[in-house]
Amino acid sequence: MSVARFWRKIPQRYNLIGTKCLTCGRYFYPPRTFCPLCRRDGKIVEHEFSGRGKVITFTVIRSSSDQFEHLTPYVLAIIELEEGSRVTAQVVTSPEEIKIGMQVKRIFRKISTDGESGVIHYGTKFTPL
Amino acid sequence: MRDVAVIGIGCTNFGEVWESSFRDLFVTAGALALEDAGLSGETIDAMYVGNMSAGRFIEQEHIGALIADYAGLTTTHIPSTRVEAACASGGLAFRQAVIAVASGMEDIVVAAGVEKMTDVEPGASTDALTGAADREWEGFIGATFPGLYAMIATDYMNRYPLTREDLALVPVKNHKNGANNPIAQFRQEITVDTVLNSTLVADPLRLFDCSPITDGAAAVIVAPLERAREFTDTPIKILATAQASDTIALHDRRDISTLDATIAAGERAFRMARVEHKDIDLVEVHDCFSIAEICAIEDLGFCRKGEAGWFTREGETQIGGKIPVNTSGGLKSCGHPVGATGIKQVCEVVQQLRGEAGKRQVNGAKIGMTHNVGGTGATVAVHILGV
Ligand SMILES: [Zn+2]
Repeated sequence: MSVARFWRKIPQRYNLIGTKCLTCGRYFYPPRTFCPLCRRDGKIVEHEFSGRGKVITFTVIRSSSDQFEHLTPYVLAIIELEEGSRVTAQVVTSPEEIKIGMQVKRIFRKISTDGESGVIHYGTKFTPL
Repeated sequence: MRDVAVIGIGCTNFGEVWESSFRDLFVTAGALALEDAGLSGETIDAMYVGNMSAGRFIEQEHIGALIADYAGLTTTHIPSTRVEAACASGGLAFRQAVIAVASGMEDIVVAAGVEKMTDVEPGASTDALTGAADREWEGFIGATFPGLYAMIATDYMNRYPLTREDLALVPVKNHKNGANNPIAQFRQEITVDTVLNSTLVADPLRLFDCSPITDGAAAVIVAPLERAREFTDTPIKILATAQASDTIALHDRRDISTLDATIAAGERAFRMARVEHKDIDLVEVHDCFSIAEICAIEDLGFCRKGEAGWFTREGETQIGGKIPVNTSGGLKSCGHPVGATGIKQVCEVVQQLRGEAGKRQVNGAKIGMTHNVGGTGATVAVHILGV
């Protein structure tokens, strides 16, 4: 991913800052600037998520693209955040420990290294509570 | 709207075809389709070509023009359009061709699909395919395509009675069918043990749950039904064309194990064709992973949610069962050149309805269905064809 494309979303990626629709009360992480429910009646504001959630489903990635191959095997999951929004994230735990319903919290971690530019991308992973 | 029929089909061999270039592949498929319809190139009015990622796989864009050029159609300057919806690119190209003829805008239209995937290393193709999902919020996080479908499988197996062995029966059945398909990439039968002993890719999915990386092209020619008999004795009528969309990211779906776009496109297709499930003699579904076939037969309504494991175990999806699924061998055994798959599915159904499917023929098949998925279910195209 290009440096600009990554840096554009740094606050969102580092601090789990998403959005909230004041009209219907829904939370969005990843952030949306348009509420799919209220459409033009929606009123979107920024919202910092608590960072706590639970595992909805998961897998252990054993084979990956060049950027992530060195991390294998790693745990990937869909996390339902406390506020109700769902997000895909890595969980820092062993393949034997991960299970559906596991309570997790966010942590700040290195996500990947761009092979060509050597730029390190940081972002949010989760760890068991 | 006019009624539309398929008057010609053509498909290259699927596989790792290192001696054939991208251009060779689509020229071969197109020539086979023209020959099948008894047409020459100058009668073609327009062309739609499904292609997911020539930009990543062979560093070539502007595929519509390239194909018209190398198919020898520059003298007639026909409109030639690339259609992209990841792995559903072929299904959408077919739909565009059908709509063009149905509208009365064009008469003889080619719908093609092509993908040349093996000119890059496996890591690079894995990454290119991840572009079918949400790059910023799935791919960037470390999600792979098998990983996303694996999360569907984990969710499904946690909620419904589907064992690891049941899941293995999907590729076993598809290889059995593919063994009788001359164009298939893998023509050997496999057993449940072959699947269970293969390498883990993303738990619980193993190598033999996953469709392969494939080179290949397919083409079909459509025309107004009223003119179809000028070209063929066996026109196959398009009874329905339907398409639906959903969230790009799996985590935003209403239900992880249900493809709502499949439900929507399926319902629209049944309504348009005015047929019921019991009328469908065979269906080609998008089994990019074993779990995808399980979800597809439920979401299309051939069995109830949660029952596809039992339905598969009972043999209902085999040739001779209640609803033969993936007689071509599916994406798993026939191969999955992503942009070509949706067109290949149409070719298979046409062969079946003409009674030309040889050892994998469904006896007396009159109505067939195709189901082509883009990404993890963000785009779905469903077609119903009949004699
Ligand atoms: Zn709202």
